[in-house]
Amino acid sequence: MSIWMFTVSVLCALMLLAMVRLVRGPTAADRVVALDAINTLVVASMIVLGVAFKQIIFIDVAIIYALLSYVGTLFIAKYLGGEL
Amino acid sequence: MILNVLIWVALGIGLFFNTLGVIGILRFPDVYTRLHADTKATTFGSIFTSIAVVLYAAGQYWHTLDGQYATLALHTVIAVVVLAITNATGAHAIARAAYRRGHRPVQAVVDHLEGKP
Amino acid sequence: MLAFIVTALFSGAVYLLLTAGSGSVLHFWAPTELVVACFVALAVGLVARKYFAHARQRAVLNPVRWVLGVAYAVGPFFLEMAKANVDVAYRVITGRIRPGIMRVKSGMKTDVGTLMLANSITLTPGTLTVDIDEETNDLYVHFINLADETKAREFLEAEEVFGLFNCPAWVRRIAE
Repeated sequence: MSIWMFTVSVLCALMLLAMVRLVRGPTAADRVVALDAINTLVVASMIVLGVAFKQIIFIDVAIIYALLSYVGTLFIAKYLGGEL
Repeated sequence: MILNVLIWVALGIGLFFNTLGVIGILRFPDVYTRLHADTKATTFGSIFTSIAVVLYAAGQYWHTLDGQYATLALHTVIAVVVLAITNATGAHAIARAAYRRGHRPVQAVVDHLEGKP
Repeated sequence: MLAFIVTALFSGAVYLLLTAGSGSVLHFWAPTELVVACFVALAVGLVARKYFAHARQRAVLNPVRWVLGVAYAVGPFFLEMAKANVDVAYRVITGRIRPGIMRVKSGMKTDVGTLMLANSITLTPGTLTVDIDEETNDLYVHFINLADETKAREFLEAEEVFGLFNCPAWVRRIAE
């Protein structure tokens, strides 16, 4: 197993750990925080996967994922704050 | 050879801080302190795993002079810049929404926002 | 008109940056990508000129400020961020926190400056921007560990939030 795949597997384990907070809550805001952390980890692992599989397109996907997840976070935050 | 060691060190630092960030999310008592752990630690950790990728691409470019490795490094840098800006702004939005929803910081010693709209 | 030109140039530059390495015109681009970049720049410039550029923020156009911005990001800002992460690591492991929200005078006059300062505060040691007073551009900052002598104060100056460097002065030089 290459060092890149090892990194990706650790990042995936961290995502599962963060999902504990996503499931347990207790409030909606805590769940958004966990979702935000998972988004960041997904972007990081996509970049590393791009090297592991030698596919530059993965990194373009990571950029778009980062921007779209940011929009998602902003909308959930607006909704929670009662401004929507 | 030295480059390989540097890549391992960068990946190690990145994974260490990512792990700390996730543990912080699980351990801290309220939404604001969790945001502290989330924003700082996972952003910094992801920057370091990406630095490892940039180092790898630079090393491969040095050996092969293949243009696709330059593209790899450039796109990784763009992704990191996007990540750093969006994470900080997103954390700000979540904190503001949480305050407006009525969450007050747990164990707070002072709260200047109290009573403000 | 200036807003349109700025937006078009910016979006075209971003498109060219993303497609660099696709061919051999000027060593980097395929000819088709250059044509597509022109169309993208025109379309985005027409649609987004009202949202992207404001007359009040003309100072950001100065290229010297971009160089300063990059220098700030890789120098003082990155070091502050490293210190912030060691601090967060300490708090995560020991669980020793004394949180509180304090008012911080930002002293910024433009939106870009306030945004940059708020983002810098969020990513530097022990602080997280929670809200902004939109009239005075003051920030409400959540501290993870407040010292006893600061908690009685009415407000903090922005310089006191950062430990190693005078980041607000950098932000003022870049964005105002």
